[in-house]
Amino acid sequence: MHMADALLSPPVAATMAAASAVTAGYCVNTVRKENTAEKIPVMAVSAALVFAGQMINYTIPGTGSSGHICGGMLLSALLGPQAGFLSMITVLTIQCLFFADGGLMALGANIWNMAFYGCFVGYYFFWRPIVRGKIFGSLSVPLRITLAAVLGSVISLQLGALSVVLETTLSGITELPFGAFAGLMLPIHLAIGLVEGLVTAAILVFVYHARPELLMDVQDAGKGGAFSLKQTIAILAAVTVLIGGGLSLYASSNPDGLEWALFGNAEEGYAENMGLNEDNYGSTSAVADGAAGIQEATSFLPDYAFKGNDSALGTTVSGIVGSGIVALCAFGIARLVRTKEKEA
Amino acid sequence: MNKAEYTLREFYEMDELADRRSPVHRFSALSKLAVTVVYLFVVVSFDRYDLTGVLAMALYPYLLFAMSGLTFGMCIHKMRYILPLLIFAGIFNPFLDRNVWFVIGSVSVSKGWLSLAVLIVKAVCTVSAVFLLIGTTKIDAICGALRRIHVPSMLVTLILLTYRYMSVLTEEVAVMTDAYHLRAPRQKGIDVSAWGSFLGQLILRSMDRARELYASMLLRGYTGEFPAEKQKGDSRSLIHALVWCSVFLLLRFVPVIRIIGTLVTGGKV
Repeated sequence: MHMADALLSPPVAATMAAASAVTAGYCVNTVRKENTAEKIPVMAVSAALVFAGQMINYTIPGTGSSGHICGGMLLSALLGPQAGFLSMITVLTIQCLFFADGGLMALGANIWNMAFYGCFVGYYFFWRPIVRGKIFGSLSVPLRITLAAVLGSVISLQLGALSVVLETTLSGITELPFGAFAGLMLPIHLAIGLVEGLVTAAILVFVYHARPELLMDVQDAGKGGAFSLKQTIAILAAVTVLIGGGLSLYASSNPDGLEWALFGNAEEGYAENMGLNEDNYGSTSAVADGAAGIQEATSFLPDYAFKGNDSALGTTVSGIVGSGIVALCAFGIARLVRTKEKEA
Repeated sequence: MNKAEYTLREFYEMDELADRRSPVHRFSALSKLAVTVVYLFVVVSFDRYDLTGVLAMALYPYLLFAMSGLTFGMCIHKMRYILPLLIFAGIFNPFLDRNVWFVIGSVSVSKGWLSLAVLIVKAVCTVSAVFLLIGTTKIDAICGALRRIHVPSMLVTLILLTYRYMSVLTEEVAVMTDAYHLRAPRQKGIDVSAWGSFLGQLILRSMDRARELYASMLLRGYTGEFPAEKQKGDSRSLIHALVWCSVFLLLRFVPVIRIIGTLVTGGKV
C-alpha cells in the first residue's frame, strides 16, 4: 500500500504531510510527558522489530500464499497509540529512504494511510474498548485480543486503502473512477487485513501468555475504565452513521446481485437474465395488493431516497435513517429476548 | 538467500555507497535534502500529458549519477516495491482515456498511453532522486540536517536508534528463518502452529534488549538526545542547491525541450 511520489499531486502530498506532521507533533508532546528517556529505546527496538518482522512470511493454510504482520496494530498494542505512531513513522521513513518503498514526498500520505489508522483507529476504536470494556466481559482475554487485533487490522487497512484511492483520485493520476478503483482496492485489502489481523493476534496472544505486562490495557481487562457501555454504544452509533450515511453516497445505482439475476439491467444495455418485469413481479392477490398499498403509504424513502428526489442528500439521509431503524429493531428484539429469558 | 538476508544486503550496500567519495558526497546533507525535496515537488507538478517537460527533469538524476559515481542500474531494482500500486493505478489509463494522441498509419494511439508514460517517467525520476540522496549521504548526516530544520530531537533520535537496531534484528530474523526452513524444508512460510511463537519470542527478547540498551546508554552519558552529526554550511553546497533549484524552476516554467526542438527544426518558437 506504499504510495510512490508519482501517484500524488503537490497539493494532496502537502495536505497529507501537514496532517501527519500535526499528528506527529501531538504524539511527540504526549510521549515527552512520560519518561521519554526510558521509552525511546523501547520504541526504537519495537520499530526495528516490526521492520524485521515484516520479512517473515506466514503460510496461510489452504492457500498457496502468505502474509505478514500488521505493524500499526502491533505497535499500538505494545506501546500505546502515540508512541506506536512515532515508531511507525521511523519504520516508514527508513523504508522510504533505503528501499524506495514509498516516496519521500508521499511520506506524509503513507504515514497517514498506514500509521494513523493502524495506531489511532486500531487502538481507540478496537483494542481499548474490546480489551478493557465490560461489554466483552464474558469473553476470555485471548479471545478479546484476537477480536481486537483482527477487527483493528481489517478496518485500519480498509481505511488506508480507501485513503489511497481518494488521494490518487484527487491527484488526477488515474482514469479509473473513484468507485471502480475503490471496488478493486478494498476487497484485496480486506483479505490482506484479515490475514495480517490473524497473524498479529497470534503474536499478541503469545505475548499475553508469556508476559502480559508488555501489552497495553490487558492488566485492566474487563474493568471498563475509559470505555463504558454507553461510550461503546456511542462509538458504534458514530460508526453506523459514518457507514450508513457517508458510504451510501457511493452506493451503486446498478441493481444488486439478486435484482440483477431476476430483472437484469436492460436499460443500461446489459443482459435481461430471467427477464422478469420488475414492476409486475410477484403473486397477485388481494392480500399482496393490500400489503403493497401499505408499503407505498408508509415508505417515506422509497428505494433509499426521498419521494420524488434522487439527490445525494436523500441517499445519505436514507442511509442514516435506515441504519437507525435497523439498530432500533435489533435493540428491541434483544430486549424482548432478554425479558423472556428472565421470565423463564 | 531469504528475504531478511536480502534486505540486510541492501542495507549494507546503501551504507557502502554513502561511504564513497565524490563531489556529490561532499555536499552538505541539508543542501542535498533541500534539492531533492524541491525536485520531487517540481517533477510531480507536471501535467499528466507533459512528457517532454518530465523528460527534461531527468537531467538532474542523469548528471548526479555521473558526478557521484553511482549508476542507474544500482537503483532500478528499488522500483519493485512501488511498481504494483503504480501499475494498478495507471494501467487502465490507455483503455479509459481514448482521446487520440497520434496516428501511425491506420493505428491511433490514445492519450492514455501518454499519461501512463508520464507516470512511469515521474516514478523513475523520483525514485532515482531519493536513491541519489541516500546513496551519497550517511544517515547520521541526514539526521543532522533534520535537526537543523527543527524536526523534534525525539523523532531524530528514534530514527537513528531504529536504523541501528534494524540491521541487528533483521539479522536475527534471517537466522531464525533459516533455522526454521532447515527443519521444515518443504514449507513456504511459517506454519500456522508457530505464528504466535515465532515472532513472539523475538518480541520478548527484544524488550529485554531494549532495557539493557537503555542501561548501557545511561552508562555512556545518555541525556535523552542522541548526538546527530553537526555540519557547517559551505558555499559549494549553497551554490549546488541554488543552481539546481533555479534549473528546476526554469525547466518547470519554460518549455526548454520544445524550444530547442523548434529552433532545430526551424519552426516558430
